[in-house]
Amino acid sequence: MDIIAKNITHTYNEGSPFSSAALKGVDLTIREGEFFGIIGHTGSGKSTFVQHLNALIRVYTAEKKYNPKKDKNTEKPVLQIGEFDLTDKKCDFNALRAKVGMVFQYPEYQLFAETVFEDVVFGLRNFAKEKPTKEAEEAAVQQAIEIVGLDYADVKDKSPFDLSGGQKRRVAIAGVIVTHPEILVLDEPAAGLDPIGKREIMELLHKLHRDWCRTIIVVSHDMDEISENCSRVAVFSEGKVFKCCTPQELFRHSEELEALGLDIPLTAKVQRALAERGVEIETDFTRDDFIAKVSALFRKKTDKGDDGSCGKM
Amino acid sequence: MRKDVAFGQYYPVDSFVHRTDPRTKLLFLIAYIVALFCCKTGWGMALCALGLLTVILLAKLPLKLVVRSVRGVVFLLVFTGILNLFFYRGEGEALISWKFIHIYKEGIFYTIYLMSRLFLLVMSSAVLTLTTTPIALTDGLESLLTPLKYIRFPVHELALIMSIALRFIPTLMDETERIINAQKARGADFESGNVFKRIKAIIPILIPLLISAFRRAEELGDAMDARCYSGSSIRTKYKKLRFTYRDVCAFFFMAILMTGVFLFNSYGAALSALCVQGWNALLGLFGAV
Repeated sequence: MDIIAKNITHTYNEGSPFSSAALKGVDLTIREGEFFGIIGHTGSGKSTFVQHLNALIRVYTAEKKYNPKKDKNTEKPVLQIGEFDLTDKKCDFNALRAKVGMVFQYPEYQLFAETVFEDVVFGLRNFAKEKPTKEAEEAAVQQAIEIVGLDYADVKDKSPFDLSGGQKRRVAIAGVIVTHPEILVLDEPAAGLDPIGKREIMELLHKLHRDWCRTIIVVSHDMDEISENCSRVAVFSEGKVFKCCTPQELFRHSEELEALGLDIPLTAKVQRALAERGVEIETDFTRDDFIAKVSALFRKKTDKGDDGSCGKM
Repeated sequence: MRKDVAFGQYYPVDSFVHRTDPRTKLLFLIAYIVALFCCKTGWGMALCALGLLTVILLAKLPLKLVVRSVRGVVFLLVFTGILNLFFYRGEGEALISWKFIHIYKEGIFYTIYLMSRLFLLVMSSAVLTLTTTPIALTDGLESLLTPLKYIRFPVHELALIMSIALRFIPTLMDETERIINAQKARGADFESGNVFKRIKAIIPILIPLLISAFRRAEELGDAMDARCYSGSSIRTKYKKLRFTYRDVCAFFFMAILMTGVFLFNSYGAALSALCVQGWNALLGLFGAV
């Protein structure tokens, strides 16, 4: 399922003194199979945009008719996800939500059931056309719990509130992916975790991308995360897509990001510091590639025999 | 969701009324309500309505917003109105009599009277909350209740509880919205089904919300403890409440309004008679022409 969005606008509290324009015409295309990153400041509209993908916020034409005379300065919005046309009032939102999974920030705060099993099965039961058999339910829940890296037999009868923070988050993610969504959207999936927890969550996402959900969309503040994992990135700024490209392209022009007040990954920082001292490194900004390129440079220098300059560098 | 809560929402503009001391506004409201209930004539009621309108205009509030605040109690108003209309016993002959329902001329007058009284009452309190931030309101209340401290009434603690409760309403509302969205994304359906089904559908929202409310309460308690917060010692305020010329103006305005109402109570009948006379004279004049 491809996602095609054009001219998406959204204003919170329209017509009141508190009104604020969150999206001012977003154009974005996300292809099937991508590991897509979305970055931007708080208030840049990225969360508002991803909530559109799940019809939690509806494209305004789905609520009132698009009027080309009245809305002169905006063009007709388009939001197509696979066969779903989200600008249409009659779009089957429940079917859409089964296909587009959404993991919110701090998803562990949405846990409510008495046991882990009951919580994970919640989505499955909600989306089922007819009531699934007990065996089918159990099989699906077991699969979901195991892929997020938990021991099914161990946790299924525990209260979700007795688990540790990282485990809770895994249960919450299992509760979303249990319906086998084709697109998985995650809002800051690693927020508030320690470095090891972060790495584990990112590894989990790669595992999911490989054999569970075709497309993964991650909203993140952490540039290292983006540069390591994503195949393409969109930068949101003031309700618009400022740039959409590969992380390599993006971080090659890191001044632009810093002008927006955003951070850049550690590799880009080191690369720039090296460039200022006259050592150019051509890298794709992932950690492994960067280390390989730098050590290759070292080897070349030591081969030449002037090991004195290496120390200075 | 938040759009529906018109009553009690602060309307942020800068105006004479917004800048008036919250204590004055509270006292003003109490005096206004007293005036409304003491008022016995249509003249007085009209004066009260005019007074409220002046305040609304001074506060730069959109009239629509103030009227909308009545929406929540419209059922109550209509219900009381109808009861009064049907069961008020006037003197003389009933206009309409049907089984236990008797409508008298006085009943109709009294109903109109009561409705406008309640209407003005709700609108005036809405004007207070629309022009005063919750924090200012609790500050004002605390200051007004200070005398109760002498009988060991925990005024400060009460004000603190109130301001914390008010402070957390928007936070918890955001939280609710987030949880609702998260459960909706998991296919939860809150809009269809019978009553029992809907009540059951609320559980996935209520439990996380309760848990987060407790978590926040605990965090807030810890934070206050960490800064050695204690309500009992003498605390100073960052923003001191001070009476200004505005409050003097408000006082005179209220005094005029009250005096007017009581004057009309005493001499309203005479005034009405005078008006009727004048009207008749005018009609007679036209008749003569």
